Amino acid sequence: MSLLSDLINLNLSDTTEKIIAEYIWIGGTGLDLRSKARTLSGPVVNDPSKLPKWTYDGSSTGQAAGDDSEVVLHPQAIFKDPFRRGNNILVMCDTYAPSGAPLASNKRHAAAKIFSHPDVAAEEPWYGIEQEYTLLQKDTNWPLGWPTGGFPGPQGPYYCGNGADKAFGRDIVDAHYKACLYAGINISGVNAEVMPGQWEFQVGPALGISAGDEIWVARYILERITEVAGAVLSLDPKPIKGDWNGAGAHTNYSTKSMRNDGGYEVIKKAIANLEKKHKEHIAAYGDGNERRLTGKHETADINTFLWGVANRGASVRVGRDTEKAGKGYFEDRRPASNMDPYVVTSMIAETTILWKP
Amino acid sequence: MSLLSDLINLDLSDSTEKIIAEYIWIGGSGLDLRSKARTLPGPVTDPSQLPKWNYDGSSTGQAPGEDSEPTSHFQGSIQKGYGIEQEYTLLQKDIQWPLGWPVGGFPGPQGPYYCGAGADKAFGRDIVDAHYKACLYAGINISGINGEVMPGQWEFQVGPSVGISAGDEIWAARYILERITEIAGVVLSLDPKPIKGDWNGAGAHTNYSTKSMREDGGYEVIKKAIEKLGKKHAEHIAAYGEGNERRLTGRHETADINTFLWGVANRGASIRVGRDTEKEGKGYFEDRRPASNMDPYVVTSMIADTTILWKP
Repeated sequence: MSLLSDLINLNLSDTTEKIIAEYIWIGGTGLDLRSKARTLSGPVVNDPSKLPKWTYDGSSTGQAAGDDSEVVLHPQAIFKDPFRRGNNILVMCDTYAPSGAPLASNKRHAAAKIFSHPDVAAEEPWYGIEQEYTLLQKDTNWPLGWPTGGFPGPQGPYYCGNGADKAFGRDIVDAHYKACLYAGINISGVNAEVMPGQWEFQVGPALGISAGDEIWVARYILERITEVAGAVLSLDPKPIKGDWNGAGAHTNYSTKSMRNDGGYEVIKKAIANLEKKHKEHIAAYGDGNERRLTGKHETADINTFLWGVANRGASVRVGRDTEKAGKGYFEDRRPASNMDPYVVTSMIAETTILWKP
Repeated sequence: MSLLSDLINLDLSDSTEKIIAEYIWIGGSGLDLRSKARTLPGPVTDPSQLPKWNYDGSSTGQAPGEDSEPTSHFQGSIQKGYGIEQEYTLLQKDIQWPLGWPVGGFPGPQGPYYCGAGADKAFGRDIVDAHYKACLYAGINISGINGEVMPGQWEFQVGPSVGISAGDEIWAARYILERITEIAGVVLSLDPKPIKGDWNGAGAHTNYSTKSMREDGGYEVIKKAIEKLGKKHAEHIAAYGEGNERRLTGRHETADINTFLWGVANRGASIRVGRDTEKEGKGYFEDRRPASNMDPYVVTSMIADTTILWKP
């Protein structure tokens, strides 16, 4: 409706100094994103610590009891709001009890501690996360573009494909790409995935805790866009049983030592550490991952730790160029699409930098 | 249609000094908002500069020949501050069933919708976002919005407003909301319990403080004020909105209508005091009893009367 969009698109910077801040947080399931907005007197700030804390009703998100329901939001990262534009902002927050203790569902707090450890900080850990996801039709929860009550032709033509019979939902993907760039998220690429209706975006290279912040805000922006489009976002790691790919969140990783000369030896030691802690990592790499990590569909079996150069059936893959240059990065292919990036990124740093076997 | 919206969006300030003033008032039911427009010769800065106007009261269930008087703003000397959390439900136009709910059925149970995003969780965000900016543009002190616990239900907050302006701003914000739902082809409901059963109702929680409450030692003033409200519970409830007994059941984050209960951080209470107010020894409290269809003029003035003027 033309008048409704006029109002939504009002540029308030001509009439007021006030800005609208959308505070975003993770709810009680550890995967549900929640948000609400407030008006702030201007001008715009760049420093999250200058934004006011806020509270919300934790009993409505499974994070508190009704008779003691307040949860406190601490602003941690600021992005430009691609929906409201102007001087309006998105604010990624984490959650605390009124006592100041982080909630059990707050994984950022512990991750931030790991990243501020001097040994970790000195290594400047970089992350590139490949977030895969599936678009579902709203009322049937069947993937977008799939015939109701049936299946599309087998996998093959869809990966990076084009055409109305191969690419389903590109509008959403392209809108998301530009919206993230506008917001200031370090989105590095997009591609259509092997299963029809499945897509991927990549964020990075991002330093330390910012990788987690950026993935969560990118997920929020994606869910807002699917809302507009009338489709449903799924981060389930194996949305369709059978000969259909699952969805992962491959996490590329390097430290300063790995990126410098002699880095390949550092990489091999790091991978050796990860192998020893395979079970602990898998337990923290996303619910339902056992449905995805079967050893088929470009995965390694969940109980096996396998690494190799250019091997997409491995748990950890090292690129040919890293092997050739003797330095670079490696890819942990185990995390599921529904992983918590705060948990995965900090755990990799802890196991490879701090942990002594 | 491109020509129609061109005309609607004409910026007249280049061609004339004249302005259009939309006069808004509350009709005979106490909840129906009415409006009509007139041309004025030039911009105004104060309501007292606006002419009085007539309307046909027999068409709004009010006595004939009513004069409508533009409200004048005045500041109360005790600096009563109000923050009102207006909840509301959006309904599909021809069937009066909440927006986003399947026809003839129900969505999944409450849990995912509060502050949620996604086409399966948030219904009508366009309306809510358009309303937020429209109110800011209008100069209404809208302080925030959020998706509510029941799907299709939303909330906006106005405040802190001083004295009578809280009522003016809520009514104007309700008017703007009804105009926006009109464009969107959706119906606004201020019913306090639109759907029976395990679905939240809609309230208009009223946050309140006076100068004394906001200063050192304010917590004692707050406790005395709450005590007085406790003594006048039945009178307040009678004025806090029609149909509130369907909403105030003791479940769904309410206190039972016949019970007066207050507590810190307690969303099942009649009156809630925030943890930060308790900690600092001063601040404000939240009267959670008013229904979404309350009259803010009545509620705000009654709270002030009971807590400041009334001697038990």
